[in-house]
Amino acid sequence: MNTYKNQPVVGLFITCLADLYRPEVGFATIQLLEDAGCKVEVPSQQTCCGQPAFNTGDFKQSAAIARQTIEAFDGYQYVVAPSGSCISMLHHYPELFDEKDPWKKRAEDLKARAFEITSFLVDVLQHSLSPSTFNSSITYHDSCSGLRELGIKDQPRQLLTQVEGVEIKEMQESETCCGFGGTFCVKYPDISNRMVGNKTHNIVDAGATTLLGGDLGCLLNMAGKLQREGHDVDVRHVVEVLAGMTDQPALGETKSTVKAG
Amino acid sequence: MNITSPDFKENARIALKDVGLQKALGNVKTGFPHKRATAMERLPEFDQLRDEARDLKNHIIEHLDLYLEAFEAKVLENGGHVHWCRTSEEAQKTILKICQEKNAKTVTKGKSMVTEEINLNEYLEANGVTPVETDLGEYILQLRGEHPSHIIAPAIHLNLEDVSETFHSHHHKPKSMDPAVLMQEAREELRNKFVAADVGITGANFLVAETGSSIIVTNEGNGDLTQILPKTHIVVTSIEKVVPTLEDMTLFLRLLARSATGQEFTVYNTLSTGPRQEGDQDGPEDYHVVLVDNGRSEMIASELREMLRCIRCAACMNHCPVYGAVGGHSYGWVYPGPMGSVLTPQMIGIEKGALLPNASTFCGKCESVCPVRIPLPKLMRYWRRNEFEKHLTPKTSRWGLGIWGFFAKRPALYRQLSKLSNATLRALSRKQARISKLPLARGWTEHRDMPAPSGKTFMQLWADKQQGQNKPQSEHYS
Repeated sequence: MNTYKNQPVVGLFITCLADLYRPEVGFATIQLLEDAGCKVEVPSQQTCCGQPAFNTGDFKQSAAIARQTIEAFDGYQYVVAPSGSCISMLHHYPELFDEKDPWKKRAEDLKARAFEITSFLVDVLQHSLSPSTFNSSITYHDSCSGLRELGIKDQPRQLLTQVEGVEIKEMQESETCCGFGGTFCVKYPDISNRMVGNKTHNIVDAGATTLLGGDLGCLLNMAGKLQREGHDVDVRHVVEVLAGMTDQPALGETKSTVKAG
Repeated sequence: MNITSPDFKENARIALKDVGLQKALGNVKTGFPHKRATAMERLPEFDQLRDEARDLKNHIIEHLDLYLEAFEAKVLENGGHVHWCRTSEEAQKTILKICQEKNAKTVTKGKSMVTEEINLNEYLEANGVTPVETDLGEYILQLRGEHPSHIIAPAIHLNLEDVSETFHSHHHKPKSMDPAVLMQEAREELRNKFVAADVGITGANFLVAETGSSIIVTNEGNGDLTQILPKTHIVVTSIEKVVPTLEDMTLFLRLLARSATGQEFTVYNTLSTGPRQEGDQDGPEDYHVVLVDNGRSEMIASELREMLRCIRCAACMNHCPVYGAVGGHSYGWVYPGPMGSVLTPQMIGIEKGALLPNASTFCGKCESVCPVRIPLPKLMRYWRRNEFEKHLTPKTSRWGLGIWGFFAKRPALYRQLSKLSNATLRALSRKQARISKLPLARGWTEHRDMPAPSGKTFMQLWADKQQGQNKPQSEHYS
């Protein structure tokens, strides 16, 4: 299954949140990968990456889910997800197994093949985007796991500059956590609220029409806060813009405000 | 000191509403990180030094017994004394005994977090010895009956008006809002105390094995007066502070100042090498080093070992968005912020410290600025695992995780669960694309809306698409 007519074969790791909340993110990711010459498959045995269990300290459960994910993506040349956070979790898999455990090697192997979508397009495929237009100013939130565990910072920006009409207006503290933190936002709601409040303040200050990011957890958090505060900023996953798939309304909106060209 | 770590959530709630505290915390956020970043830019090899420091610390921890014994031998050779204390209680008793032997009524103190850790002030006071804090921040806190909220800037939670009020009520002088006037007042008050003190107690930033020296770094010079003027100098510090040579020490000094305050070097770097020698102009007649273990030896053999690299620069808390929101006192014991969330459970027990390692989004900022590259999120996760295995994790979390795990390990069922959740959320949104009240996620919807799913689940649409390959794609996800 490694190559298909000389195309790289990619297993799409859809991630729970994209599956549940924003199917467009999955289709946009597939389109970006196919445009870049990949053959994309969606293994049916995948579920969650196991991060909720890992970060709650339930390593036994995390390891069981890790084994399932490793099996599901066995044989794919690459595993790509529209999330830095979930891919970071895949990169943690080797920590779940002892040195002598045969799964350790398989976890290492998966880690070497697992990439976040913007990093995969830029760092692995060195791909240039197909022409598309998005007439909007955007500001970009650097999600923590992608930024600090996978080194994703320039990749999405580099790709965004290839989209016609995009103007990037950087916000202050774009690298500061939005306060989502998985279960943190419901375990420590007051602190999380302060953190996302600081974030929306910086987003609004940046004066952009659209907020983009690479992780739906953070985006749902910031979109929900912006809407509760009554700010008129659209929130989208970056792949929607990169794939030119911005016809559908932004997160939590009923109508699309910025039309793709 | 009253431990309030089990009340972290309540502490945080109060802190978030404390207007004065929030104003003061604003200064942490803008001040320290900016200064550190500027200092780093001016030293291109900064990251290389961090690697060196990490490796050197690992080497020291590997051979800690060797370096500590070498240090002890040198101190003895120089005419000083070394006291090995396993616990806080042993350290308290040892220090009191020295004070009593000297018939000490007053001891001056330089800033030391280890003396906070062993609750020394309260113990000395209860036994008839008066401790006087001489670091300006610590002095202010002592007047107010408070503990430090930050490991290098102990009174960072206060504003100028608080200090003005405190000095006015204790010094009985006209109220002033001029920092220079307030500083002068503190100087005058402390000057007599420096001279009257029988014993001076300081901490140590590092201990040097090759010379038997201890070093303190300060920006006020109070430490020098604390250790030079009294006849007896007691250094109270912990075992992981030892470094092999003076040259090694300078590596850490360079990293410490830049990581902590953004200075290239701290203003006063004061070495003490034993008691006054013949021909010396000044210095104490008696020099004691109290080496505190307090759980550190255990850490060497555990997964927390890397925490022993910590040089107490406070960069992790200065950059932590949780610390920045709730301040140091919310953590409920001596060490706040990410480093505290790792250390506190070790020192007060995980039962009392359980909430602390959970009070992190694992954003990783702390690890990214740590001068000795301690993987703080990983170590906080170690405690979460420990809690989970000891059944300290709240029951609701365990149940939730158990149910979720049941589905997550069964892909076909997981699909059904996603489908059901998706349909429910969409129904609840009543075509408004968002939900403002969600019964089971009040923590979320109390403060923000929940965007609703934009359509069916991806997996449903993907399956539809696979079945009807001929239809145009847009039909399936609109």
